[in-house]
Amino acid sequence: MWGKAYDGSPCMVAFTCRWCSYEAADSAGRARKVLPADLHIVRLLCSGRADPQLVLQAFEAGADGVIVAGCPPGECHYREGNIHALRRYVFLRKLLSQLGIEDFRFKLVWASASDADGFVAAAWEMAEKIGGVRPYHGRPESGPDGGER
Amino acid sequence: MTRPRVAFYWLSSCGGCDESIVDSIEDFQDFARAVEVVLWPLVMDRRHADLQMLPDGGIDAVFVNGAVRTREHRCMAQMLRRKAKRIVAYGSCAHLGGVYGLANLHESGQLLRRSYVEAPTVSNPEERIPAMEPRTSQLPRLLDAIEPLDRVISVDCYVPGCPPPPELARRALEALFGDTFPVEATSAGFPPPEKGAVLAEKTALCNACPRKASIPETLKIRCFKRLHEVSPDMERCFLDQGLVCLGPATRGGCGARCIQGNMPCRGCFGPPGNVRDQGAKALSFLASLLESRDEAELEDIARAFPDPAGLLYRHSLPASLFRGRLGKPRSWERTS
Repeated sequence: MWGKAYDGSPCMVAFTCRWCSYEAADSAGRARKVLPADLHIVRLLCSGRADPQLVLQAFEAGADGVIVAGCPPGECHYREGNIHALRRYVFLRKLLSQLGIEDFRFKLVWASASDADGFVAAAWEMAEKIGGVRPYHGRPESGPDGGER
Repeated sequence: MTRPRVAFYWLSSCGGCDESIVDSIEDFQDFARAVEVVLWPLVMDRRHADLQMLPDGGIDAVFVNGAVRTREHRCMAQMLRRKAKRIVAYGSCAHLGGVYGLANLHESGQLLRRSYVEAPTVSNPEERIPAMEPRTSQLPRLLDAIEPLDRVISVDCYVPGCPPPPELARRALEALFGDTFPVEATSAGFPPPEKGAVLAEKTALCNACPRKASIPETLKIRCFKRLHEVSPDMERCFLDQGLVCLGPATRGGCGARCIQGNMPCRGCFGPPGNVRDQGAKALSFLASLLESRDEAELEDIARAFPDPAGLLYRHSLPASLFRGRLGKPRSWERTS
């Protein structure tokens, strides 16, 4: 379980792509830009790899917000991977809202390799929108006698 | 040679699974000669005490169907686990939570209020909800969420389906009892199941679909159509017609009965072996089959898809990654 960050920012996971958005995040780091302290960056080969199962798993494990960041349309190294991510994003947002995850907790962001500022801005925008409000994570361990309260 | 002992028990169940077991028995006399049924509420009268008198591990296989919805179901499941050598989770409800699992999108207290007070055809001016009256009610309390059977007790193997086709029931019995059970010449014969095995195919339904040949080189969907809006072609792949079919994200082994009845797959066998969360994977492939590249257009298409959770998690919500609505308090005894 991830604890509360020292700067009070919520726990977020960013799925980034090796060709663009991870580079953006990395160059943000090199330029000493400040990112939210509890942002966990996961590098995938392509934003199209960000399976909805991964997003759900991130929320289930305790994330307050999830970002999927990919190459801008037309720039995907694998031609259409980022468009797949876009298609899934539109539907996944709907599913998540039925499951109790509000709109502002899940975002798809285009960030090309030189766009460190864009990536940083997106991360802080989500951190601010989430604020201190967590989705309810109280879940008893299941098992024959687990969960008795 | 003593006959193996079996039991068939139901928790929160529609009765369809028991029906499929009845359908799977071609000759009841043969069946009675092959196995000794010690408990089967559908068919015979036994008391709780009769079950308690059996030694622990005294039943060779117990087929449990239905969802764990109340405290009584949980207790019975635990008692059956003690009395059984092997537990077979039979049917979608026991395997994944089943259709009842969609209740996990709501609070239990809310479900009761809806049933007893708010439903349009109910007249209950005093707003009495029997299950929640502590001193007068003998009814078992609702657990706050439905869980699949394997979260309550350990399960030895699963027979998926809503209900499992009768052949699958028969093969499960044969797999469990091998030579002692009359094996027909036509049976495919599974090996004795390893613990945790799902007794169906490992791959998705598409592999065995009768419409497989009609899938075009590149399948692209322009927009989703609802079943009542079209008259489905009887030979073309449903996805190619814009109809939502969960075949690609569903385990095969059902004989594609629904497809042959001109209805798209609703995913009752659960996900194939390599998929953790059926609804999420279904959403993934359905979205990526769309032709559109434009966010506004995709939003329009999504608007015509009103209930992703209900459709994609129809049988498998409790077994999914979230198990229901996140934010649902999970105290096991509270119903309000």
